[in-house]
Amino acid sequence: MNVGVLALQGDFEAHAGALQRAGARVIEVRHASELDVIDGLVIPGGESTSMLRLMEYYGLVEPLRRFGARQPVFGTCAGAILMATEVLNPPQASLGLVDMAVQRNAYGRQLDSRVARLSGHALGGDEEIEAVFIRAPIIRRLGEGAVVLATYEGNPVLVESGLHLAATFHPELSAGSRIHRRFLEKIESCAG
Amino acid sequence: MQYLDDAFRVKVGLAEMLKGGVIMDVTDAKQAVIAEQAGACAVMALERVPADIRKEGGVARMAAISKIKEIMASTSIPVMAKVRIGHFAEARVLEALKVDYIDESEVLTPADEEHHVWKRDFKVPFVCGCRNLGEALRRIAEGAAMIRTKGEAGSGNIVEAVRHMRTIVKEMKQITVLGQDELVAESKRLQAPLELVEYVHEHGKLPVPNFSAGGIATPADAALARLLGAEAIFVGSGIFKSSDPETRAKAIVKANTHYNDPKAVLEASEELGDAMPGLDIRQIPEADLMQTRGW
Repeated sequence: MNVGVLALQGDFEAHAGALQRAGARVIEVRHASELDVIDGLVIPGGESTSMLRLMEYYGLVEPLRRFGARQPVFGTCAGAILMATEVLNPPQASLGLVDMAVQRNAYGRQLDSRVARLSGHALGGDEEIEAVFIRAPIIRRLGEGAVVLATYEGNPVLVESGLHLAATFHPELSAGSRIHRRFLEKIESCAG
Repeated sequence: MQYLDDAFRVKVGLAEMLKGGVIMDVTDAKQAVIAEQAGACAVMALERVPADIRKEGGVARMAAISKIKEIMASTSIPVMAKVRIGHFAEARVLEALKVDYIDESEVLTPADEEHHVWKRDFKVPFVCGCRNLGEALRRIAEGAAMIRTKGEAGSGNIVEAVRHMRTIVKEMKQITVLGQDELVAESKRLQAPLELVEYVHEHGKLPVPNFSAGGIATPADAALARLLGAEAIFVGSGIFKSSDPETRAKAIVKANTHYNDPKAVLEASEELGDAMPGLDIRQIPEADLMQTRGW
């Protein structure tokens, strides 16, 4: 299975590592043509404004929307912001792949970044999920039909919506690859 | 080991998010907006860019708080600010101001010629400059969560940043082929803690991201720094001292993303005006070099 990682800016190498640990073949995506050879795409953490500018410079916005209409996309932090239908603080353009409103930098600044352990999640098993939040966003509104897989302080932080998966934290910065495996399962079921 | 605990991982986490990006020096809100619009992943809030500090001389200190606040209010991307080497009181002020990263920088006039800031006491992350691996590991031992080359700031000349990046990368490669029994002597030679030398021996890289700074002025300079191993770049005077800051900022962002694609770097390099004036490092009097500040 070929999984693309959008490699315009951000921690795409950390995602590549997590995907490889989960058993995927990874392709870095910097051009629209690379979307033709992948079965799913990860939009990494980083700065959403920076990635958005680079998508615009290189004509990636529409190809990414088209890709997301038929194939699974997994976004973390900035990636989740870019997947939303609505971005707040400040409002900015996005790909609109998941019906949700996401508020950028919703916990504050870097001093409010943190590592949390989430229990009571819907990923199966009793093991906690480690969640690294870096200048993280908060999902303020989530469309109908979306499934909340994990919450933190009452807010959804890992959600599944149709083909897609979005996290406001960074599973790629944790040792396990459980959430990445979940994404690979989604790609498999989509292909099947 | 410090680099495994949550507090340190959160500091390194932001550096991870800045990877593959361009961090731009800005001196006011207007420049910060230009930087963000061009695609910078963070800005460094300064009163004067290094080229002006070099020209005007005198003591260069932490920027005025009003200036940093203005920049923080104008942009949604991370804001960094500089403190003088060893000036932990300036650092405490910037932490209280909630800047996102502190650069303990040789660009400012050092406040302490013997000690750098003990950075582990802070919750805000620090980036520090270095010229070689020993210096990088000493700063990490003190708690730096990101390393950058010093280069020679404000010179518009990439030669020192190249020297520093090549030195660090070569020294790391050399450590990976040493035997376990040689690491204590290597730690002595580098004047760096053994546990960090062991980390490099095992992983072939630093336990924190390794960026480049000091003299990057063109899209090709950005590509060169990345090709030599920098995971992201800082551009200081190179953008706002050029004849066309907006176009140049965009061009450097593009070249930085596609550093390994010569056609893309060519495309980014076209239609550019004049780069900032450059200085021959050999013409800079020894006492005016910034890279020799700190150890």
